[in-house]
Amino acid sequence: MTRLHIDWTACDGRGLCAELLPELLAEDDWGFPIARDGSPSPAVPGPLEPAAQRAVDRCPALALRLLRDTR
Amino acid sequence: MSDALWYFARGSGVVSLVLLTVVVALGIGARSGRTAFNLPRFAVNLLHRNAALLAVVFLVLHVVSLLFDPYAQLRLFDLVLPFAGNYRPLWQGLGTLGLDLMIAIVVTSLLRHRIGARAWRAVHWLAYLCWPVALLHGLGAGSDNGTVWLWAISMVCVAVVLAAVIWRLTPHFTRFPQRAERKVAERLRPLEEVR
Repeated sequence: MTRLHIDWTACDGRGLCAELLPELLAEDDWGFPIARDGSPSPAVPGPLEPAAQRAVDRCPALALRLLRDTR
Repeated sequence: MSDALWYFARGSGVVSLVLLTVVVALGIGARSGRTAFNLPRFAVNLLHRNAALLAVVFLVLHVVSLLFDPYAQLRLFDLVLPFAGNYRPLWQGLGTLGLDLMIAIVVTSLLRHRIGARAWRAVHWLAYLCWPVALLHGLGAGSDNGTVWLWAISMVCVAVVLAAVIWRLTPHFTRFPQRAERKVAERLRPLEEVR
């Protein structure tokens, strides 16, 4: 199961990730991303992995990471 | 043929400057966190990146055509070592300096995920040095420096970048100006700077 990790010390709330991955992320009132499922690092379903990777690549603060569980 | 290289070098230099102006403006615009031209934020971000890569293409064409131009007589090390040229060393050297800065900015951007956000941002700030250097190089070394059109293009570029920088410095630049400036206790400052 792949999870999307948000590094909150690095996140600057620029809002690109919520645009690129609206299925998983929404913006709070201050422009910071929140997972729609309420978890701190939301699970990324297989079909959304390319979009999640794009969000990771485009984050201006490099605050996103994909955690791949090999189990 | 030799004339073709010469004219092509001049043209590609001007195109590169115009593209760099667009890149600086888009970079500042992307930093604001706002949408622009009905484009989402990530598209403004990608437009900034792609315009920059296109500027690099024209910069490479500019340099390579001058390298092979029999009139310019550039030596290979003139491409990396500034202020050592035979022809208007100061103005040509500014071009070399601009090229070196561009290489640093582009390479660190491509390796952003490896070198980390801090190092990347530190080098990316050099863009504010790179752009005026490129502009002065064009006005000083360019063989078209007496022409109205080159001055007109240059002044439009200056106006665009100045407007963007002034906007950048206004308090309502970012999407959430009401986000308070973070206040960090004195004893935690060293930790804060790690970011």
